[in-house]
Amino acid sequence: MKVVIDTGNHIAALAAKLAKPDVVAAYPITPQTTVVEKIAEYVEKGEFYGDYICVESEHSAMSACIGASAAGARTFTATSSHGLLLMHEMLHWAALARLPIVMVNVNRAVGPGWNIWSDQNDSIAQRDTGWIQIFCSSNQEIFDTTIQAFKLAEHKDVQLPVMVCYDGFILSHTSMPVKVPDEKDIDEFLPKREPQWLLDVDNPVTHGNIIMPKDYPKIRKAMQEAQEKAKELIPKIAEEWKERFGTYHGGLIEKYRCEDADYILISYAALGAESKVAIDKMRKEGIKIGLARLRSFRPFPVEDIASLAKESDLIVIDRSISLGMEGPVFTEVKASLYGISGSKVYGFIAGLGGKDVTFKDIEKMCKKVVEDRYEGYEWYGIEG
Amino acid sequence: MALKDLPKEEYVLPGSAACPGCPATIGLRIVLKALGKDTILVVPACCTAVIESWYPSSSFNVPLLNIAFAASAAAASGITSALKKQGKENINVVVWAGDGGTYDIGIQAMSGAFERETDFIYICYNNQIYSNTGIQRSGATPYSAWTTTTVGGKREFQKDMGAIVRAHNIPYVATACISYPEDLYRKVSKAKEIRGSKYIEILAPCPPGWRFSMDRTIEMGRLAVETGVWPLYEYENGKMTFNGISKAIFEKKFKRKPVEEWLKLQGRCAHLFKPKKDEERIKKFQRHVDEMWEKFRREFS
Repeated sequence: MKVVIDTGNHIAALAAKLAKPDVVAAYPITPQTTVVEKIAEYVEKGEFYGDYICVESEHSAMSACIGASAAGARTFTATSSHGLLLMHEMLHWAALARLPIVMVNVNRAVGPGWNIWSDQNDSIAQRDTGWIQIFCSSNQEIFDTTIQAFKLAEHKDVQLPVMVCYDGFILSHTSMPVKVPDEKDIDEFLPKREPQWLLDVDNPVTHGNIIMPKDYPKIRKAMQEAQEKAKELIPKIAEEWKERFGTYHGGLIEKYRCEDADYILISYAALGAESKVAIDKMRKEGIKIGLARLRSFRPFPVEDIASLAKESDLIVIDRSISLGMEGPVFTEVKASLYGISGSKVYGFIAGLGGKDVTFKDIEKMCKKVVEDRYEGYEWYGIEG
Repeated sequence: MALKDLPKEEYVLPGSAACPGCPATIGLRIVLKALGKDTILVVPACCTAVIESWYPSSSFNVPLLNIAFAASAAAASGITSALKKQGKENINVVVWAGDGGTYDIGIQAMSGAFERETDFIYICYNNQIYSNTGIQRSGATPYSAWTTTTVGGKREFQKDMGAIVRAHNIPYVATACISYPEDLYRKVSKAKEIRGSKYIEILAPCPPGWRFSMDRTIEMGRLAVETGVWPLYEYENGKMTFNGISKAIFEKKFKRKPVEEWLKLQGRCAHLFKPKKDEERIKKFQRHVDEMWEKFRREFS
């Protein structure tokens, strides 16, 4: 175990290196770029186990990952924003083909106008592709989650791709100390991939040919079952990591000072880390408020959210917007409580396109609820 | 090699969902005989995705990955990388794509794979239309041909895909036609032995798409070559070699048949002949073919 101080992107590249993917296919995009640059540097120095394909687009990046994974390779890629959107077709393809590809997505707003700063609309727009999606709030969590993601994706009962998301610049370009276990210990935690199906000349199968309506629903249902299985495995794998290496960031959610809380704030990604500061401050003032930082967006932790609402009202801050509706997590939190809880749920949208959201802003939003000044669903901090 | 001497192994199994007279299955049979068992096929959206038949059956006896329309060459890059890591570089990774998937939606991924010198064979079976979706124009559809999206006949000529691919400086580029199976077999066998990116384009006359009787597939291919509409060649490390009748045409030892002889047999060109002959468009078509051969001679003599 050693401590490395580096940016979120370099830490993601280091995690990818230690997970030893056979194939990486990637295309540069701000703010993901330094991930692929770092991997290229590892390759040049002969420190990278896998083959690195510098493709000509993100659509091809995901297509190459699909080909590699179908041929049995452990496969990794990284992207952001418009790159992720260009991949959209192939995200569906990877999931339906049940290929355990791991990707980091550096969350960035979508244009026009061009905006390279953070919000979660890029990845949340991929909600229904079948990918498992996990949000990180620190560089340590990026490191741990990226390696755990391979174990999760490749688990025989999951066989789904995993997207590890973290905020552009706020994490991607910010250095933090990260505990990095020894290579041999990571090898032990993450054994070689055992493909559940394979392009094999000695056992020729045709994969992905026409499937009739009578059979198609079965493959969708199997994916849903795999997502349900992931719901059990995400916390289990995180626990195993904690036992081996000591670092831990929660299961599907991370609960922080939720005991005896009248209110529980639900936020995610970097905003989730900032929320802890706000919670500490409000607790000091005697407000009974806690935090449930959402880690897993897909599978969505319906049961965990419902259990929070037993004795608390919930406040949700989304750094994304489902246009024509509301914040996507706000919607899903309410859906999780339907018919089983009378708790109130309050919603805010904040920080789109990288607009700064400090602990003071979070405190202000929470206090609107606590002090009974909430006037309905709110876009926080819109100026002019 | 004579047709009777081709390997007996069949990798396209009986019971496919192809139309009668389908040129794609003729081509696939020959191609897979040349490639053999140690082959992985990558197939984007195209007629072959139907020909495979439906889950859980398959008419292929080699592993086959279906992939999205624009994605085939990139997927092949991924497979090639994976096999390299596994030390299985003896396996042929082969894209089998239509002209829509090659000339149009798949050209970026193909160009990228060639630029990266991916070790694979890209085969385009060119039936000059989006046939799977019911006969729409593609970048390979010839001038004046009817399709459901060029109802009065296409106004533009097809792309010069051979020149586009040759400009990538890959080690092997060849054209072939299902009417000349020995030539096709030889070219695929040769491509198999070359490392790096290989491109083979096979003319595939499509009975329902071109509107001719299903028993005339072979004849339509032959006429395309004899009229000079479809040249047969190999381009290796910068050296061009024309093959068969195309060689004789190039050397002016064989007088090309008028394109009209090919056009008039196709229902998709019926408007060039009825209700009255459209001399202007036929001449324009002929001139385009004449100029192609003049250009070949200027460039490769």
